[in-house]
Amino acid sequence: MSDSTPAARWIPLAIFAALALLLAAGVWLSRNPDREALPSPLIDKPAPQFSLPVLHEPERQVTLADLKGAPFVLNVWGSWCPSCREEHPVLTRFAETKRVRIVGFNWKDERGDALRWLDQFGNPYWVVIADIEGKSAIDWGIYGAPETFLVDANGTIRWKHVGPLTDTLIAGELVPALDAIDPQHEGAKP
Amino acid sequence: MLAELGQVALVLALLVAGMQAVLPLLGAQRGRTSWMLVARPAAYLQFGLVALAFAILTHAFTTQDFSLRYVATNSNSLLPMVYRYTAVWGAHEGSLLLWALILSLWTAAVARFSQRLPLPVIARVLGVMGLVAVGFLAFLLFTSNPFERLLPAAMEGRDLNPLLQDPGMIIHPPMLYLGYVGFSVPFAFAIAALLDGKVDTRWLRWTRPWTNIAWGFLTCGIALGSWWAYYELGWGGWWFWDPVENASFMPWLAGAALLHSQAVTEKRGSFRGWTLLLAIATFSLSLLGTFLVRSGVLTSVHAFAADPMRGLFILIFLGTVVGGSLLLYALRAPSDNDGAPFAASSRETLLLANNLLLSTACAMVLIGTLYPLLADALELGKISVGPPYFALLFTVLMAPLVALLPFGPLTKWQREQASRPFAMLVPWAGLAIGVGIATFFLAPQGPWKVAAGLAGATWVAAGTARFVWTRFNSQGRRFTPEMIGMTFAHVGIAVFLIGALLVEGLAQQRELALAPGGTVALGNKTFVFDGVQHRQGPNYEADHGTVRIFDGDRLITTLHPEKRRYASGGQVMTEAGIAPGLRGDLYVALGEPLGGQAWAVRVHEKPFVRWIWLGALFMALGGFITATDRRFRREEKA
Repeated sequence: MSDSTPAARWIPLAIFAALALLLAAGVWLSRNPDREALPSPLIDKPAPQFSLPVLHEPERQVTLADLKGAPFVLNVWGSWCPSCREEHPVLTRFAETKRVRIVGFNWKDERGDALRWLDQFGNPYWVVIADIEGKSAIDWGIYGAPETFLVDANGTIRWKHVGPLTDTLIAGELVPALDAIDPQHEGAKP
Repeated sequence: MLAELGQVALVLALLVAGMQAVLPLLGAQRGRTSWMLVARPAAYLQFGLVALAFAILTHAFTTQDFSLRYVATNSNSLLPMVYRYTAVWGAHEGSLLLWALILSLWTAAVARFSQRLPLPVIARVLGVMGLVAVGFLAFLLFTSNPFERLLPAAMEGRDLNPLLQDPGMIIHPPMLYLGYVGFSVPFAFAIAALLDGKVDTRWLRWTRPWTNIAWGFLTCGIALGSWWAYYELGWGGWWFWDPVENASFMPWLAGAALLHSQAVTEKRGSFRGWTLLLAIATFSLSLLGTFLVRSGVLTSVHAFAADPMRGLFILIFLGTVVGGSLLLYALRAPSDNDGAPFAASSRETLLLANNLLLSTACAMVLIGTLYPLLADALELGKISVGPPYFALLFTVLMAPLVALLPFGPLTKWQREQASRPFAMLVPWAGLAIGVGIATFFLAPQGPWKVAAGLAGATWVAAGTARFVWTRFNSQGRRFTPEMIGMTFAHVGIAVFLIGALLVEGLAQQRELALAPGGTVALGNKTFVFDGVQHRQGPNYEADHGTVRIFDGDRLITTLHPEKRRYASGGQVMTEAGIAPGLRGDLYVALGEPLGGQAWAVRVHEKPFVRWIWLGALFMALGGFITATDRRFRREEKA
């Protein structure tokens, strides 16, 4: 308080400089968007059992057992979700590589809207299952769309991402995770 | 096309703000009257342009224009009309636009109500505010443009974060920002004084009402935030020492110190340099708060989107504004040794103690808030500094403040016989201690907190009443709005102490599984769970619970806690059922469904919890009343 001596007047600036340095470090650290990402408790756990109708043929039910045998990617989307639209071209490019089956998980959507969305933008999915009421989604711990899971041939969840996929993310995380569980490219077969 | 017009308005506002910053500041430095005269019209024009942009964005929300990315991300066709207005500031871009709007509003108000100030002073003050506006408008346009188009337009919006779909959220951000941004006025004044090289107490007198009003709004904003967290987060807590809360609390503490130190400088001429430094610090902490909330450097329950690019921009802006101001301070700060000398026993000394305690508390909150970041940066792992640290240190620092508070108004400026205020207060200290001891033995639980709360409140209230009594018996019986305001704010502290410490000491809660017809007893109340029905809301589905509360056989009230699932994002929100009362709240929240008809149910009894916000309201009122004092607006004889 008695900053009548000239040196003492520089103290506030010095404190602020230290603070700014710390904040700069914070900005540097926050470049990595996954810094705060909490690992999903479902990683390396068996995928939840479900039985859901196929979007295009509502009479047909698909269960987890039907999908086992080869790895698959489960992508949660809805026609109401703007980020899913952003993600759509990325997902389409990835689907064209035919590296793995991509299962669409149409969440809390109207059937008509969902079909129209796929007609308009194209359908990258191997099959689309519909969870209109969001009952199965709770088992998967889904709290927003888009969200993507990688499930191996035995039905174990291996990787998860919350938010839209990007090309970098697919090349840097999803494909390596896939190579680790499926070196023979079994998932590409169907 | 309207959105493009909003965009153009923002670009023009940026240019006008640039002009408002550069010309008057240079003009004041070189003594060019015509350049200085630009300041006022530029301030009005800037306000008009930002207001136009804000109106256009609001229109886009009310008419559901999903071709704007910001609208599509934060609205939905099912969103009720009232929330379409509040959705404007429901996320990052719109919040910043609101910041800019309020800054330009304050700037225009300064331009309007500053007729008595010499032209170079007002030119500098408006110039500095223009510089701040340039920073915010550039930030908006370059990193956070609310008018960005989405091609192709979305058919449906993603919806406003359900946490924010609440009446409390409508006024919380505007109040908070009115406070944050209001501190730009004393800040701009401090910079103007440093540039000019002298601190004229007449100008300082002119800034005092601005500080008081800003602090009053900030108090309201923080109280609303706390109230919102209490009923919307469903945990029954009222303060979490969360980084976002701390971000608003730091400028509040610094602002409270500033209010008091401004009074000393204005009346006695002492603490000049310190007052300027506090004015800089208070606004800098407001900017830091914005940085912490908006950059995503820290995470919190309030979870705002992180974006390193934005973080970098605000950091550079913060560095320029705060670093520049402190450099100016280092080079040109006036000496604190000016002003009337004062003895060790005087009101000046007490206010010095007030300032040291409030500043230390502020530094303590700052360290606690940034410590996790420091640990992360030094790779010491992810550490969070929890409520134990804050609660302990805060109590240690605030206890002496409460103890000294009643002495302040009763002690004379410059020199006081220490025995005089002591003699006046001894009976009331005795009463407070008596109340403390009695409640310690009578309290059913948490005796330390309850006794401390009641003793502290009695002491502050009785001490303040003693001051009022002294004034009443003095010649003239003069009560200025400044004194009335101070009395209100100090009584507010007493009310707050009762609320905060009694609810901490006496609150009871139980969480248990209840099937329909199940009961739970809490204190002398019986809660009967009548099960959960399905209910359809406008944009959500709810599990609508019914809980009847009995006192003995008498039905007191029926509460309806809800779990809401929002249609657009599937998020689940808790809506607590609360029976409010001055003597305490009854609070029921639904937990998880446990299969069958059974639910996890949390029931709380929260004695005197309302007093927390009531106390804050008194403090805010005190600030507003003080600001009305005519003395601040009186023409000076020179």
